[in-house]
Amino acid sequence: MALRGDWVYENNGGTCVAIAGLDYCVVAADTRLSVGYSIYTRDYSKICNLCDLLFPADKCVLASSGFQGDMKALQKNLAAKHLVSVHLLHIYQHQHNKQMSCPAMARLLSNTLYYKRFFPYYTFNILGGLDNEGKGCVYTYDAVGSYERVGYSCQGTGGALIMPVLDNQLKSPSPLLLPARDAVTPLSESEAVDLVKDVFASATERDIYTVRFPIFFQLLAFCESDIFPTQQHAYSSRVLNDPILK
Amino acid sequence: MFRNQYDTDVTTWSPAGRLFQMEYAMEAVKQGSAAIGLRSATHIVLATVNKATSELSSHQKKIFKVDDHIGVAIAGLTADGRVLSRYLRNECINHSFVYESPLPISRLVIQLADKAQVCTQRSWKRPYGVGLLVAGLDETGAHLYYNCPSGSYFEYHSIAIGSRSQAAKTYLERRFEGFEKYSREELIKDGLFAIKETLQGEKLTSAICTVAIVGVGEPFHVIDPQTIERVIESLDIGDEDAPPPAAAASAADEPSASQEPGAAPMDI
Repeated sequence: MALRGDWVYENNGGTCVAIAGLDYCVVAADTRLSVGYSIYTRDYSKICNLCDLLFPADKCVLASSGFQGDMKALQKNLAAKHLVSVHLLHIYQHQHNKQMSCPAMARLLSNTLYYKRFFPYYTFNILGGLDNEGKGCVYTYDAVGSYERVGYSCQGTGGALIMPVLDNQLKSPSPLLLPARDAVTPLSESEAVDLVKDVFASATERDIYTVRFPIFFQLLAFCESDIFPTQQHAYSSRVLNDPILK
Repeated sequence: MFRNQYDTDVTTWSPAGRLFQMEYAMEAVKQGSAAIGLRSATHIVLATVNKATSELSSHQKKIFKVDDHIGVAIAGLTADGRVLSRYLRNECINHSFVYESPLPISRLVIQLADKAQVCTQRSWKRPYGVGLLVAGLDETGAHLYYNCPSGSYFEYHSIAIGSRSQAAKTYLERRFEGFEKYSREELIKDGLFAIKETLQGEKLTSAICTVAIVGVGEPFHVIDPQTIERVIESLDIGDEDAPPPAAAASAADEPSASQEPGAAPMDI
């Protein structure tokens, strides 16, 4: 494909994983940016936290693998659209939570991707966050915006290596079983984080584009806010980097 | 100002060199409920009086966040104010998108002023009937601007616009020299005091006013009513402190509100 004179995309490799729990969501992505057999940088975050300054903790986080030029453009585009919609909300004094909900952001992302149906963003996205009830949610996308809410997902060069392991561990109920059961995992967040670490370690063994020690984003429901300490701010996020493994 | 034969169009000059439609638009600002702004070296406070048409309705929203580092308070036709706020927000978002840095407030007010000027030179348009107090922070520090319907803008240490704002203006003129060194809390206190002046006897409560602040390390936000109520209580207990002796008559660097007889208000 790269032999074509008009090929404008590049695959920078890397893997993203997200797992939804009962009251948390874990999103992780590795940090290597590659082209061909070379590494451009070992230190590039594929995760974007769409937020405004006053509420740095957000309800959702976007992880994208694929072409990082398009990833950057997509993140900026979404951040700007997000700001526009946040401003349109009629904010009363008692309403503090100004962010777009995760399902709304999921639909916005889908529409943004489909807008470029005939010159797509070469990104394979996962949106992780908390829904309006505080339950974890993960949305997985293809390059043109087809999306689905799932209990866990992985995208990127290591995706095919990781997905079977997640299927095995997280026991997603079959869609053939009725009544439909929630795909959200009953694992605790520390167990989910450990699973993600293991899964990255395994993918790294066989995928040249993926490395161990991903960046984590944990979104948790019901934590104290730093900005309004007297009020219970519904969501907070933490970035983890494991010093022990390093 | 009274009705005359030169005031039908904004594109008609009067023999005295005035555009009456523009001046009538400035009058609309004076009809709105009061909005005041004051700044120190690191913070800017905007405060407005909430006017509701009846006891049953909610009050008009007069303070709008434009970006993390900029906010506006309006007086006059609130619909025009809302539309202009949307314009300001879009300009900030576009600038952030292209340059990945916050739009400097001085540029924003110029863009806003240019937009307002267009409406004073088209026969099929009318001037915006709203005055905006634009408060923002950029690399050069804290700034407070007033944008008129005429398309002019001025920078202020502190300002009050809208109905019964003269009382607040007088209070601010007495005190403004000390503002530079004020702490955040003192600034909020003085802001509320100025609002109290415009109420002229009516009781000041957190339901009747809205206060917003932006400063170094503090993105623009409206302060919650409980905090305001506490500050109001401390105002009543502390009582009015003697204002610092105003040295010379306010020989401020910014244009003051002295009006020569017959001068068009838009030049002020």
